[in-house]
Amino acid sequence: MAILIDRNTRVICQGITGGAGLFHSGQMKEYGSNLVGGVTPNKGGTTVLDDVPVFNTVKEAVDETNANASVIFVPARFAKDAVLEAVDGGIELVVCITEGIPVLDMITVKDAMKSTGARLIGPNCPGIITADQCKIGIMPGYIHKAGTIGVISRSGTLTYEAVDQLTNNGLGETTCIGIGGDPVPGTGFIDLLELFNNDPETEGVVMIGEIGGTAEEEAAEWVASHMTKPVSAFIAGQTAPPGKRMGHAGAIISGGKGTASDKIAALERAGIPVARTPSHIGSTMETALAG
Amino acid sequence: MKIHEYQAKQILQQYGVPTPRGGLARTVDEAEQAARDLGGEIWVVKAQIHAGGRGMGGGVKLARSLSEVRQYAEQILGMQLVTHQTGPEGTLVQKVYIEEGCDIARELYLGMVLDRQTGQVCMMASSEGGTSIEEVAATNPERIHKAWFTPGVGFSAFHGRRLAYALGLEGPAVRSFVSFAAGLYRVYTEKDASLAEINPLVVTGAGDVIALDCKLNFDGNALYRHPDVLELRDLDEEDPSEVEASKYELNYIKLDGNIGCLVNGAGLAMATMDTLQHYGGEPANFLDVGGSATTERVSAAFRILLQDQVHAIMVNIFGGIMKCDTIAEGVIAAVKDVGLGGVPLIVRLAGTNVARGKALLAESGLPIRTAESLAEAAEISVAEARNYAEQNNA
Repeated sequence: MAILIDRNTRVICQGITGGAGLFHSGQMKEYGSNLVGGVTPNKGGTTVLDDVPVFNTVKEAVDETNANASVIFVPARFAKDAVLEAVDGGIELVVCITEGIPVLDMITVKDAMKSTGARLIGPNCPGIITADQCKIGIMPGYIHKAGTIGVISRSGTLTYEAVDQLTNNGLGETTCIGIGGDPVPGTGFIDLLELFNNDPETEGVVMIGEIGGTAEEEAAEWVASHMTKPVSAFIAGQTAPPGKRMGHAGAIISGGKGTASDKIAALERAGIPVARTPSHIGSTMETALAG
Repeated sequence: MKIHEYQAKQILQQYGVPTPRGGLARTVDEAEQAARDLGGEIWVVKAQIHAGGRGMGGGVKLARSLSEVRQYAEQILGMQLVTHQTGPEGTLVQKVYIEEGCDIARELYLGMVLDRQTGQVCMMASSEGGTSIEEVAATNPERIHKAWFTPGVGFSAFHGRRLAYALGLEGPAVRSFVSFAAGLYRVYTEKDASLAEINPLVVTGAGDVIALDCKLNFDGNALYRHPDVLELRDLDEEDPSEVEASKYELNYIKLDGNIGCLVNGAGLAMATMDTLQHYGGEPANFLDVGGSATTERVSAAFRILLQDQVHAIMVNIFGGIMKCDTIAEGVIAAVKDVGLGGVPLIVRLAGTNVARGKALLAESGLPIRTAESLAEAAEISVAEARNYAEQNNA
């Protein structure tokens, strides 16, 4: 089960002949993902990674391979076009790894996707993985182990830190999703919490947030009124100064809003235990499960 | 990216958005000349720094004669202007903007930002001109009126009329406001702004609507398509070590503490700072070295941290695709390259090939302490920084 992706997911990569696209396509294939093709304009008709066909357009790739998921590695200035092409081509799950997409481009993309059934994960994210089944992204596959915990995170390496602990303490993971560090993400915490809530294999969820915006506060409210499974959290940026963008485009305290302390308070009000340091993410989840 | 008020007003003018006339001056003589060129009997002398709150700090003065223009320019040029946004040390004023006076009937607020909750651009208007929107939101939220825009439709005149009537405007001022708001919307969307604030927005006795002040910030990710905006960057307004770091594509922000941090990934970098504080330390910086911690970048990072006179450096890397042994080689080469001059170095590696990475650090013979977990690394770093400070009377 898990959510969104499993061993039957048919994946293509947009930008498969670029450096990052090709390297990570190889890694995904090695992990066992069902990589059925790639897209690079003017490289159609060739193959990469032994037997992966390359197409000129997403439409062509979908027609030929029945792909239902796409991972995007194209440079930021072409990313809007790539996401729109994926959705237009009939892809149901679009995972955009690209960092540095202009906000107004993302606003256009989000608006255009509203009337479709497609879902975007990212941008500026490590991707999504269902342990031992399918990896669509750049995370190190081997740290994941099939288990019972869902992970939703705005971060990359901090997520690996959390996953490593969940794997080592024996809980393991169902699906881990990096929703990305941008101010306009394709998918937020709440949609994914709902999917985990309905997934019989998932027994608890770890939420990793950070400063900026109010997504964690909104998620906390949703958890308090809808979630039937234990949730634990970590919020990065307690020491971040206001008005400074902390690496991620979305990680900024502006106008006194989006502080870590506000988020932690909202999560705790909703009954969600919050790990004090990243080293305590695994044990905090264990505490939450013990309830 | 931030720009100065005078630059922001030039952009407004390109879009037909009314502002007072003005001239830039770097010296007292230039200030007087600018006032002469403008003519009239009243001028405003305005410090040009990126921080807000300039008036409260004494950086904005009303002059009623040319000698007063000179007097205020003399006072303001070269001052360390302290505002609520500059920190206690203030910012050196190198430029003043001399502006013509203006017949003020009402002072309003008009701003545009991304509303992260809806994922849409939002225009906010308030009757409380001159007051920060955050303060109005806290004290009189009913005085803030908002309009949201979809990318397909964009700004339509009704958005402007709705805000204008909500602000209590009437007669010719309504039309002026709608035209002003339409122009501001074009500036925001065509230049990829991330913030536009007109505070105050002035309604004159004649019903004209003009921007008395203007703050424009731009989306750094969109600057590639606005070379004209990029040219407005003023490196004097930025922290020199942050400018240096950006040359190496390091995401670096200087903070007040004494423990330097070097981390891969923005979220983990923030979490590392938090963990240091949790164990009683103070981070000297935020530094995300990115996905590829090459020797060159790690060396550059060490140099910047050492310039900041840190008492310890903590490296925290979760190796994913980037292997720990590669990172260890980079760190060792950087230490040899830069020379830490006795500043303790604590390295925590985790992830791919971690054993090999640690072995390389141990075999290097360099005084590098290693730690298993982030928590342990933070505890060691805090203790090492204290020792270093005591031994060096720092």
